[in-house]
Amino acid sequence: MCLAVPGCIMSTRGADLSRMARVDFGGVVRDVNIAFTPEASEGDYVLVHVGVAIATIDETAAARIFQTLETLDAASGRSA
Amino acid sequence: MKYVDEYRDAGAVSRLADAIAAATTRPWKIMEICGGQTHAIMRFGLDQLLPDSITLAHGPGCPVCVTPDSYIDKALEIAATAGVIFCSFGDMLRVPGTQGTLLDVKARGGDVRIVYSPLDAVEVARSNPEREVVFFAVGFETTVPANAMAAYTAKQEGVENFSLLVSQVLVPPAMDALLSNPDTCVQGFLAAGHVCTVMGTQAYTPMARRHGVPIVITGFEPVDILSGILACVQALEHNRPEVINMYARTVKPDGNRAARALADAVFETADREWRGLGKLARSGLALRPAYAAFDAEHRFGAARPARPAASACISGDILRGLRAPPQCPAFGTACTPEHPLGVTMVSSEGACAAYYRFRSATPMAGE
Repeated sequence: MCLAVPGCIMSTRGADLSRMARVDFGGVVRDVNIAFTPEASEGDYVLVHVGVAIATIDETAAARIFQTLETLDAASGRSA
Repeated sequence: MKYVDEYRDAGAVSRLADAIAAATTRPWKIMEICGGQTHAIMRFGLDQLLPDSITLAHGPGCPVCVTPDSYIDKALEIAATAGVIFCSFGDMLRVPGTQGTLLDVKARGGDVRIVYSPLDAVEVARSNPEREVVFFAVGFETTVPANAMAAYTAKQEGVENFSLLVSQVLVPPAMDALLSNPDTCVQGFLAAGHVCTVMGTQAYTPMARRHGVPIVITGFEPVDILSGILACVQALEHNRPEVINMYARTVKPDGNRAARALADAVFETADREWRGLGKLARSGLALRPAYAAFDAEHRFGAARPARPAASACISGDILRGLRAPPQCPAFGTACTPEHPLGVTMVSSEGACAAYYRFRSATPMAGE
């Protein structure tokens, strides 16, 4: 039930607790409340749960796991 | 889709599975708290990629599953009241109380509606000013911001025909209760990523230290779950009972501050009853007195403890990770998703439903 889905902000409108966005979820577009992600703007990915964005996805942190995988490969002598 | 597909990459999954096998020298029992993670583990067969010495126990992290009969019965009573529109997330409609389900109420003519968001329920109330509109606010920390936003919006806009039946529970007190129970033999945890997206990671540091267990915060895709298990195994092997954040792309140490601020303005902590775990102190949320007018229990009377019905269902043990679904004599015979005896089979994220859906065709190893 804590399912949350990443989507890309296409446009924003409103302000404060009524701040809304059109968000593209891989082709499905929905209105999302983005009041809790004031830093998010057009082109950013947000994590959406029951119609409300609960985080802006951090692109740098997202890449970290794949860097860890490269380290694992280097340690085991395998090429990715 | 970005931030989904790359975390399902088969090559990355197999490299992580190899790394877990290489890191494991002893048997370990790790519990994933969240039902969404249980579902992903079964759906992608991730447990079958692990060495035999690692056991995954499935935790109580499904709000549908832990909502007690008392609140289901209250929901049924309110939904059957003339003039009420009862709004709920879809997965609560089939959960049996002592007197049937919300779907039964709907079949008898009750106006029960499935909504995608609590904010949609506020819109239903705006559009139907002559009716009482009640939203069944069930959930963990993840859902608190949306429920708080619904209550705040209704108050700000004076949508007086809207109220919430609140059965909000909090994950850390339940983990603490599990760890304090001598029957529990869980040695490490995968903590629920989206709960931490909202609340942050700070509640877990004292718990990891006090109980001497590593707690790894992770997400819901195969690469997330396996990298969480790898980090947990490494911490266990090196005896480091610490909190590790493997879901940093959405989880910050203090969570989502804006969401927490509104949640704190609307809700306060309260004692709550959990199915399978009983009543736990300060393990849930209730509306603050300033929002009492929007509390469905204030409007329609308080939920009362339900008399437990005799049942073959072992969901209480399953929610505590003491037994696995195939160990239940009713699993897959008397109890199926079409005719569930208990909540862990009703909810799509319940451990029994996940085993039934993804495992019934294959013999279970080790049972």
